[in-house]
Amino acid sequence: MSELTKLTIAEARDKLRAGDVTSTEITQACLDQIDQADALGAFVHKTPEIALKQAAAADARIQGGAENPMCGIPLGIKDLFCTQGVPSQAASAILDGFKPEYESTVTTRLWQAGSIMLGKLNMDEFAMGSSNETSTYGNAVNPWRRTGDDTALTPGGSSGGSASAVAADLCLAATGTDTGGSIRQPAAFVGITGLKPTYGRVSRWGIVAFASSLDQAGPMTKTVRDAAIMLGTMAGHDPRDSTSADIPVPDFEAAITGDIRGKTIGIPREYRMDGMPADIEKLWSDGADMLRDAGAKIVDISLPHTKYALPTYYVIAPAEASSNLARYDGVRFGHRAKLAQGDGITEMYEKTRAEGFGAEVQRRVMVGTYVLSAGFYDAYYNRARKVRALIKRDFDLAFEAGVDAILTPATPSAAFGLGEMADADPVQMYLNDVFTVTVNLAGLPGISVPTGLDPQGLPMALQLIGKPWEEGDLLNIAQSLETAAGYVAKPSRWW
Amino acid sequence: MSIDIETARRVAKLARIKVEEDALPALAGEFNAILGFIEQLNEVDVEGIEPMTSVTPMRLKRRIDEVTDGGYQEKVLANAPDAREGFFAVPKVVE
Repeated sequence: MSELTKLTIAEARDKLRAGDVTSTEITQACLDQIDQADALGAFVHKTPEIALKQAAAADARIQGGAENPMCGIPLGIKDLFCTQGVPSQAASAILDGFKPEYESTVTTRLWQAGSIMLGKLNMDEFAMGSSNETSTYGNAVNPWRRTGDDTALTPGGSSGGSASAVAADLCLAATGTDTGGSIRQPAAFVGITGLKPTYGRVSRWGIVAFASSLDQAGPMTKTVRDAAIMLGTMAGHDPRDSTSADIPVPDFEAAITGDIRGKTIGIPREYRMDGMPADIEKLWSDGADMLRDAGAKIVDISLPHTKYALPTYYVIAPAEASSNLARYDGVRFGHRAKLAQGDGITEMYEKTRAEGFGAEVQRRVMVGTYVLSAGFYDAYYNRARKVRALIKRDFDLAFEAGVDAILTPATPSAAFGLGEMADADPVQMYLNDVFTVTVNLAGLPGISVPTGLDPQGLPMALQLIGKPWEEGDLLNIAQSLETAAGYVAKPSRWW
Repeated sequence: MSIDIETARRVAKLARIKVEEDALPALAGEFNAILGFIEQLNEVDVEGIEPMTSVTPMRLKRRIDEVTDGGYQEKVLANAPDAREGFFAVPKVVE
């Protein structure tokens, strides 16, 4: 029955409504696939009992004439989302054993719509990483391999488990979160669609916080249409997140008309990096040609502060993380270090955090502490916030000049081997986010769409960046690109 | 700005993360790599630019200052490594 797990959300919705299949059947097929895919390291906490109970309830609702397109759809949930009574530990040892007494707003909305939770998905610890190698659960593995080579590749990060699970058809779709590219980069590495909505579109309540001014949850799906459907259920105002926007949620799927005639697509010259691989360059110009052929106008634009986005991010994100992660102190939840005779509360904090946080998280918390410390706050943190304002202004000016969306590569390379970056300095790993991080700094919606394979047979993707709150328009343009690219490749099963 | 071992030790202390003495030189080296990368921001002319406080121009909502939630001590304590008699328990803080 593994064919059922290959369904898109839209196909499953139609088959469920037509009575061709039940949610219980699709859910069981997913659970079977998950049990055969431990080698991917994607699902780190499985919840089959919850899934089958929810599926039975969804089937009853569908029989009664449901309604929400997400009803009966089995999903994987990134471990960053708090799920009541189910381990939710942000892939960190410091949250070992943590079972929230509450449910995140996003997952609450999905369960109320009738979606099914198959389990929790692997990720980089506290969403800090680009290769899913900082997880306390071990690596998630990309279902793709280079042609004729069985080197294990990264599914990207931080939402690496979500990417791996969707690409391997273990679930119909998954939730992800994106602080600097953590939805779009892994989606690109495995050949699926990943959407980061406008900052404030989706509630952050109940999602373990990394960098609060940048974090945003979004869908990771098999098609652009599915991203539109799933976002429609995830999005909406939440009084418990003061930054969630109190504006109506449009019908994103209805915005996908297939007509992009007259749209203006900007190609930012600053994204043409020195030493960009020829295949990425070609992918990008092919993408522009596809949109031109579909009737869009392609214009060159300039986003002059682009090169400062990564250094800005690596001040602001660690600063916010050092504050957010102060709560992991061994008092209220998770791990507490064993104390020696005479240890006081300071030793408890210091030992607990040294044992509980991995190396990358420790590094970022300490960098954040440093840039916020007395004497450096202005030089680093305030300066970064000023540059951030300039980065956002670059986009504002482009949109004011009539650009509807911006086309860029999604990542500087295809998926790399697990362990390949082990000896690189941390900054080398940070370069993975070079094309995606600007979007978080400017609070914009961005989507990565697979459009081709590299010479080694690995997926490659382009990114489209939209205007604030214009996810509908962005999804419509993305679907045109998807259709023109005709990307249908799937990984060969080895797991 | 170069980070020496003494600064690395002070930052670890501020962050309340225990770092062993023999790990401090490597840590200082990593800080220097990251901060060297960040130094690029000094090239940018930020004269007259306000630091960003909110990426979307929105006014935070206000509400009446009243209790809207609570009354579940057991749930709050359910995940504590050490909870006793309705409280979080920690090592002795005052002498």
